[in-house]
Amino acid sequence: MQTAAISSSRETPPPAARETTAPAAAPSPPRPAPLLRMARRHRGEIRAVLVGALSVAAFVLAWHLLTTYRVNIYVRFMNVPSPADVLESARTAFATATFFQHVAISCRRILYGFLLAAALAVPLGLLMGRFKLLSEIVFPVSEVLRPIPAIAWVPMAIMLWPTNEQSIVFITFLGSFFPILLNTLHGMATVDPVLVRAARCLGATETATFREVYLPATLPQIFTGLTVGMGVAWVSLIAAEMISGQFGIGYFTWEAYSLVQYSDIALGMLAIGVLGLASSWAIRLVGRLLMPWSAR
Amino acid sequence: MTAPAFLQSADADTSYAPPKTTKGRVEVRGFGLTYDTADGATDAVSSVDLTVEPGEFVSIIGPSGCGKSTLLNALAGFLKPTRGVVTVDGEPITGPSADRGMIFQQYSLFPWKTVRENVEFGLKMKGMGRSERSRAARTLLGLAGLTPFENHYPDRLSGGMKQRVGIVRALATGPRILLLDEPFGALDAQTRLIMQQILTNMWQRLKISVLFVTHDLDEAIFLSDRIYVMTARPGEIKAEIAVPLPRPRLPAMTMSSEFLALRRGLMSLIREESLKAMGGELTADGLQGLAINLEGQDVFRAL
Repeated sequence: MQTAAISSSRETPPPAARETTAPAAAPSPPRPAPLLRMARRHRGEIRAVLVGALSVAAFVLAWHLLTTYRVNIYVRFMNVPSPADVLESARTAFATATFFQHVAISCRRILYGFLLAAALAVPLGLLMGRFKLLSEIVFPVSEVLRPIPAIAWVPMAIMLWPTNEQSIVFITFLGSFFPILLNTLHGMATVDPVLVRAARCLGATETATFREVYLPATLPQIFTGLTVGMGVAWVSLIAAEMISGQFGIGYFTWEAYSLVQYSDIALGMLAIGVLGLASSWAIRLVGRLLMPWSAR
Repeated sequence: MTAPAFLQSADADTSYAPPKTTKGRVEVRGFGLTYDTADGATDAVSSVDLTVEPGEFVSIIGPSGCGKSTLLNALAGFLKPTRGVVTVDGEPITGPSADRGMIFQQYSLFPWKTVRENVEFGLKMKGMGRSERSRAARTLLGLAGLTPFENHYPDRLSGGMKQRVGIVRALATGPRILLLDEPFGALDAQTRLIMQQILTNMWQRLKISVLFVTHDLDEAIFLSDRIYVMTARPGEIKAEIAVPLPRPRLPAMTMSSEFLALRRGLMSLIREESLKAMGGELTADGLQGLAINLEGQDVFRAL
């Protein structure tokens, strides 16, 4: 069905070219309008977008109904702000610079913590995958530290670093470090040995093999690690900001609770959700640019 | 599959020609390789002597697990012989080198490189400049009829096409010897026949030495000047058989009486070894179910 649509659309030249070559062409045989043809070609994507929009709309509707009727079925929706409340508080928040400052500060912390983690964990994982001794040295320590949740690091981080800002970045860093490291390691372990041997037979040196085979072969796993790491970075950041911050979207959300501005809580949560989504999209985009061979 | 005749249009562009050498003599003397396993040392190959003369096409056949791949890996430089010497043009092998191109049974194209980048790889490793190696790769791909696919990533190619690119890639650096480890084992019968012709055409033009490992008798006879038959593990050379069939070899020859006679001879040699490889107790009688004499009783009572 879909392949038929694709092949038929390929046969027809682009409408612009047709018009320039034969401006006074007689009424051409019935052919679907360009818009319709585009719709056919992207049928799958269009459906996904429509279904997605519908699902979000259903969620908002359920939220609206639960809050306007103040439903109380063990879970209590009496104090939960309605979508309209949140929209209202968003309008006031967007009018001032403070909200965006909170967002910007959180983003900066994520960027520092995450980039630092990626810059350390990826090379470390690659080297650990290549040199067994290094792996044997690092692995036991990392295995003990790994299960400690980032929130548990908050008191220690405050003691370790001179400023609050640094300790929050440190916690964000810790959150994303281990997923990136483990995925990179796993990627190194699953490099096809035949490819390594093929490279060696073509005259590749040890360094060239590392650069030309191990690194690109591990990239997909590295990007899985980066996506997971980014998710954990946000979790850790928000926790850290709620406990020890003075700025940031996590602090904004917690402060709203202290000040009994319930609609701001939902606004903060939604902002975190959107930011998390945007950052994983960004990673996926970079991944697609770096790995054109896996783009389908 | 298109263009079965590899390198047919050699006069189209001669700006790149792999260096023609009359070298490429492989000599294996008293080669043995022992693995250390949990149960102690296991002999993979006990003692092998073989020679490949420059420009000769030699096959090794043997039952699975006889160590023919081990031998090839030692020639490639991935394994060090436990006993004996392996030399190429008189020099012992110390490690992998672009002098000895290798084609594997598994497709070994780099998935993150396009077809052309794959072919360029060996030249890049030699330090050839970007534009120069790109031109060389284009020429080679043109000769192999692969130009339309030069910018494809390997996962869009069929199995036969992948192996063709693999062969072109291995030849791009102008090796003296080509080592092939059951390269067409994963291909369907039709594609395999075409690939065999491509390989012979190519080999005749380039005049390089080829050592070809396979377990397919027809393939070995169709391609080779000489065939070494290996015994079951621990492998050694059981027989050496010359293939006097004329060249160029054509698919119709596989029906000729000479071919079939060779095939019969090889078959009986390899059969004994295959039975041994499957387990010591399996005799020719056992295979036919005649080893136990049931004397008319039904099987369940007999057991």
